[in-house]
Amino acid sequence: MADLAITQTAAAARRTARTGPKGAGFEKGFEYLCFAAATMLLATLGGILVSLLIGGWPAFAKFGVDFFVTATWDPVEGVFGVSSLMLDTVLVALLALLMAVPISFGVAFFLVELCPTFLRRPIGTAVELLAGIPSIVYGMWGLFVFGPIFAKYVEEPLMNAAPPGSIWDKLTSGVPNGTGILSASIIVAMMVLPFIAATLRELLLTVPAQVRESAYGLGATTGEVVMKVTLPYVSRGAIGAVMLGLGRALGETMAVTFIIGNSHNFPKSLFDEGATIASTIANEFAEATTPMHTAALLAAGFILFVITFVVLTMARLMIGRSAKA
Amino acid sequence: MAVSAARIATRRFSNSAFVAFCYFVTAIALVFLAAVLWTLILKGVAGMSPDIFTMDTPPAGSRGGLRNAVVGSAMLCALAMAIALVVGILAGTWLAEYAGDSRYGSAVRFINDILLSAPSILIGLFIWYLLVANVFHHFTGYAGSVALALIAVPVIARTTEDVLRLQPTSLRESGVALGTPFWTVIRTILWRASTGGILTGALLAFSRISGETAPLLFTALNNQYLSSMNEQVANLPVVMFNDALSAYDDLQRLAWAAALIVSTAVLGVIIVARILTREQRSS
Repeated sequence: MADLAITQTAAAARRTARTGPKGAGFEKGFEYLCFAAATMLLATLGGILVSLLIGGWPAFAKFGVDFFVTATWDPVEGVFGVSSLMLDTVLVALLALLMAVPISFGVAFFLVELCPTFLRRPIGTAVELLAGIPSIVYGMWGLFVFGPIFAKYVEEPLMNAAPPGSIWDKLTSGVPNGTGILSASIIVAMMVLPFIAATLRELLLTVPAQVRESAYGLGATTGEVVMKVTLPYVSRGAIGAVMLGLGRALGETMAVTFIIGNSHNFPKSLFDEGATIASTIANEFAEATTPMHTAALLAAGFILFVITFVVLTMARLMIGRSAKA
Repeated sequence: MAVSAARIATRRFSNSAFVAFCYFVTAIALVFLAAVLWTLILKGVAGMSPDIFTMDTPPAGSRGGLRNAVVGSAMLCALAMAIALVVGILAGTWLAEYAGDSRYGSAVRFINDILLSAPSILIGLFIWYLLVANVFHHFTGYAGSVALALIAVPVIARTTEDVLRLQPTSLRESGVALGTPFWTVIRTILWRASTGGILTGALLAFSRISGETAPLLFTALNNQYLSSMNEQVANLPVVMFNDALSAYDDLQRLAWAAALIVSTAVLGVIIVARILTREQRSS
């Protein structure tokens, strides 16, 4: 009996030794497969860079420095310059941040310090939903609902109240039809607000409880705890969160396309119509008629890529790995 | 040491101002959300009719619905998610299980985080250049799906990595100690233990791509009829873009109906993902 058992075990052991455990042969193959998938991520980023550069090269080569410093955008004559597009892109993003930063910081502080526990989840989810609404829906809402209200109750009164010749008058000149640079930046502010708020909230939650509690224990008010203790504790990450919002705002496409008015001129006022790089690509790319028009749009895309890449890189370096977004 | 009453009053006042400000801006954010949702429901429901799901997108002035766009969107997203799930889960697995602290691993992680926020329109341009201009030579649904997949992959890779890292080392060790090959440990133990988290990531990725318009404008474009993936494929976002900006009332109504359908899907999926994560945390 015992002999038989030993023979059987030995046979089983030999079998195992011959073939190895089931599936062992693919061990390396699976690792390579995973490695290939990860490498694809790098390849995507590299692919975007290279394809935009090659595709846009004819425009860079033909117009040279003029491409960056002139604002002519004339598909019929085939003359292209992106300076006004670059200006509008940066202007809309910065104005949007100007509005989104105070609001999103306030929302994050509210969620972390002030919100009653039972409301924390619903309000957190609501902010997430704000981020989830598709860009194009914001565009439609901005054009058909927000625009007319904004024109009637903000633009017209501001224009009428402006003393002629003042800076105020200059900033509010134009047609009060609800579209334009300021309207676009308000919509973009709504869209980046949840991203900044969510990132900052994650960061604030990483502040050790002892630090917060000792500040409260010393008699600090909520405002003092946030402004003097927890926010300075995550200051680097907070700047990163703002940069992340900036990166989003720069590349925001559909909502801006709907509401900015799409005019290729240097903006003369806050109510003036404009066009960003992303909105111009969205509007014109599928209908670009000449190869040079296509090349100019790809070249503009390349510039947008470089700008957002720099901003997002800085954002990620500052936030580190702690916060998700 | 007496604390001056004036100083206490100042501190109390500035704290009240701070608290009031936080309440106020949160209210603003919620009002914006409510306003957008209200418009969506009001205009979307007004645009709904039985025709929506039974008829194709019409030219201006005639009866029609969104059947081809709904079907097209479903096809584009399904293929995109299939690609993204395979690539994203494998990439996330590599980052969590094989990369360790290697330089290359950190580089991929960093690039993945950048891709999470990269403008989707540039991904569209890239796929246009790669597939439409140089492979297919015409607008096609396949290019649209690949573009959407590239937007979804970073989300799935990131969440997969995060949940795999949450699995205890003892789980891996016990698998390996039984003589199981490591890749079988990953497939049958780690992935199974992480299903909930990976599913959440997949849902969030789906919510990202289902309303995505910009990259489809020059990959899948649009179609008046039901079509195969190898042709231009109608899809809800591009129909919304074209119809909302048209001058015709009936087309604008259709655009709002499409907006309601897409938003319901997106927001529903986000809420489901939210509920899934809550159950995980409580268990």
